[in-house]
Amino acid sequence: MLEKRIIAILQDIVGKEYVSTEQADRICYSYDATQQQFNPDVVVRPADAEQISLILKMANAEKIPVYPRGAASGFTGGSVPIKGGIALVLTRLNRILRIDQDNLIAEVEPGVITATLQKAVEEVGLFYPPDPASLKFSTLGGNVAECAGGPRCVKYGVTKDYVLGMEVVTPQGDIIRTGGETMKGVVGYDLTKLMVGCEGTLGVITKIILKLIPKPEAKKTMLVMFDSIDGAAQAVSSIIRGKIIPTTLEFMDATALACVRQNADLDIPDAARAVLIIEVDGERELLERQAARIMDIASPLGVVHTRVAVSDEESEQIWQVRRSVSPSLRKVNPDKYNEDICVPRSKLPDMIRAIEAISKRLEIPIVNFGHAGDGNIHVNIMVNRAIEGHEEKAETAIRDIFAKTLELGGTMSGEHGVGTSKAPYIPMELDVATIAYMKAIKRALDPNNILNPGKIFLEDQ
Amino acid sequence: MSKHQEIEAYRQQLRECVKCGTCRAHCPVFKEVQSEAVVARGKISLAQALLDGKIDLDRHLLSDISQCLACGRCVKDCPNQVPTDEIILALRRRIGREKGLTLFGRGVSTVLQRPWLMNLLTRLGRMFSWLAFRKVPQGSGLRLRFPAPYISRDRTIPAIAPQAFRQSHPEFIAGDPDKPLVTFFTGCMINYMLPEIGDSVLAALQSLGANILIPKDQGCCGLPALCAGDGAGAARLADRNLDALTAHKADVIITACASCHSGLTKHFRSLGPDHAQLADKVMDIHEFLLQQGFVEKLEQLPRRNNPQPVAYHVPCHLRQAGLKEAPRQLLAALPSVRLVEMKNADSCCGLGGTFSVYHYDISKKLGALKAEGIRDSEAEVVATACPGCIMQLQDTLNHAGLPQQVCHVLEMVAADLKNAEPQ
Repeated sequence: MLEKRIIAILQDIVGKEYVSTEQADRICYSYDATQQQFNPDVVVRPADAEQISLILKMANAEKIPVYPRGAASGFTGGSVPIKGGIALVLTRLNRILRIDQDNLIAEVEPGVITATLQKAVEEVGLFYPPDPASLKFSTLGGNVAECAGGPRCVKYGVTKDYVLGMEVVTPQGDIIRTGGETMKGVVGYDLTKLMVGCEGTLGVITKIILKLIPKPEAKKTMLVMFDSIDGAAQAVSSIIRGKIIPTTLEFMDATALACVRQNADLDIPDAARAVLIIEVDGERELLERQAARIMDIASPLGVVHTRVAVSDEESEQIWQVRRSVSPSLRKVNPDKYNEDICVPRSKLPDMIRAIEAISKRLEIPIVNFGHAGDGNIHVNIMVNRAIEGHEEKAETAIRDIFAKTLELGGTMSGEHGVGTSKAPYIPMELDVATIAYMKAIKRALDPNNILNPGKIFLEDQ
Repeated sequence: MSKHQEIEAYRQQLRECVKCGTCRAHCPVFKEVQSEAVVARGKISLAQALLDGKIDLDRHLLSDISQCLACGRCVKDCPNQVPTDEIILALRRRIGREKGLTLFGRGVSTVLQRPWLMNLLTRLGRMFSWLAFRKVPQGSGLRLRFPAPYISRDRTIPAIAPQAFRQSHPEFIAGDPDKPLVTFFTGCMINYMLPEIGDSVLAALQSLGANILIPKDQGCCGLPALCAGDGAGAARLADRNLDALTAHKADVIITACASCHSGLTKHFRSLGPDHAQLADKVMDIHEFLLQQGFVEKLEQLPRRNNPQPVAYHVPCHLRQAGLKEAPRQLLAALPSVRLVEMKNADSCCGLGGTFSVYHYDISKKLGALKAEGIRDSEAEVVATACPGCIMQLQDTLNHAGLPQQVCHVLEMVAADLKNAEPQ
């Protein structure tokens, strides 16, 4: 527990009503979507960069851990206060500061909900593409700190491709600016790229300048069912080799299809062993042609059934098939380990086959779906923690899956980050010198290790 | 007497919350309060902590648990459909049992369980209305004030009806012998405050030739007592309604209040097979009229010139029951109505039963959202399907100084039926 003196300082900085040590609040700011719970000692909700700067200066002097937090919807424990201390809730910084239609940029505070920004820019004909599944509730600060992705990233890239500059409070409490609002800029180190995906360990983001693009005029959604995962994977490679980059290229494997077959609005024949949901966007007259070419490319690859949406409702119906996978997983087993490995696109079938073999060997169901277009697979290892041995099996499965991913030239996280969940596995992907280099940066910027300690690197690594 | 499940019985459902945060996108209270303790994910964590002995029922926790409109959005939009609404009610029952009900909660529960007391109070209320209801200076937009204890000083509520609905109608109104026997569950708002809605319901049912039963022994649906944390009181009301509503073998039991519908169809099912059977028989009046082919009937009425622009407010309790489109379909078929869209039509009015008594400030903010939508629409009338929403929307419009009228969809239906009668 923190001394009364510290609480009084915090109250002086942000105002009494924005500091809470109530047990109820400590519990409510203890978790994220990993469901790990660690109570902070105090919940603090600052209003601006100046207050955050004062908090961090004090935390440095007193050696108190500080855990920045947006909507806490992360999948790897990035915001969980594992050493207690201060939960720094950033949702009061929630203004869209400007949308500049001349320069196609937006300046926002970190607590803005992703969907709120998207709606605002789309109202003036602009577009902010990154679309993590959590976009209706996750914050842009969190998206930037984790470098969030989403289905549209195949064509449009991930969060880091849209961040031009930032205002950041450093771990020692200085307020700095990275990048700027120009499309180009090479003065000094690229601190913007360093901050994106740093998981809140190198600074607290207080302003973000984002690049926008014109909103595509129209889109077209297609559903293609294949008799094998190989057919689907080959279709992905062929489409991309055919110089078409769809907006999204989502896939579901046989295990995922089995989960939704009963409840889907659309008929999914038993012969369908893999599904691709493909969306193209752009000028209306080009879409028909693109769609036809995609169908031509896919048709020799064991297509069982296809469906091209002709209305928004039909498009929605197709997406509903994909969205209903996650909720239906619970029917398989009550607990899941959700990994987001990423392999080179062409290695997708090898990876799926390897996962199938691991699932069979360990006798635990593993359900796969995700963003085939960029080789990003959501691997859901379904277990029942109440059954003895399941937890160990999940552990083994994760390790084996990561090993295979790396063997195929992939990475163990495409968009969720490391946090605490993947920290133990980092040495599998990064060599000793690389880890040392990263840790040297962290040490130099945060000598007292007060900002989001315990994340990305395990203490003893 | 039958009883609701204890919070302990929800352990498995509590575990099904995976803390994904989806509820943060849908909770109307969270949008205003921005505290994790308000949103479903937070309340679930608090319930878990309570069961694990990691937190006590302190004042702070009680306040957090009270911040819920029971609108059901968190359940409907939850990927795992965790029944947070039931969990919150179970928490409130435990609080009610261990900490006692709040003074207001006790008042609500006491009065609503005793029709003689309700009748007496409404009679007294009418007698002293020159004291209680002060005319507000013209032009302020506020129509009536009700400076009663526990009701915020600037809250406006409708006047008490000169005569309660059930007292001014016989228990049985015969119709066409071949037509169904319909039991009308009036609910308290229609009975004591807005009997004209009840009259409209009768008019619609009579136009179908239905035989109508209005059991004198029916009481409050029990939802207010349940929300106040009085599990025993709510169950007593449910048992009494079970007797009153099943004494005659009606084909269907209809409600014209979205909240009563939610009370009767959802919240007392678990009390036993009889209660579940009763719940199966209850239908919202709009749903019933649609089923009876009422849209076709309305479409045959002569069209009116210059139909009035009307917007529809979706009551949360119909939304939750999957019936939100039924009133809209009826409105759209009315000859004197031109249905117009309004922004935030789907958002909660902010009443949430006793919520608005404890948290009138938040309630008013939610109301202001509605007012914005109404102001920007073309609507001259806002029609809805819940007397509770009507009271709250009227209060909202009074505060915003807007001229629009608020009424029940059935009132518009009845007016058009009357207009179509040969003069």
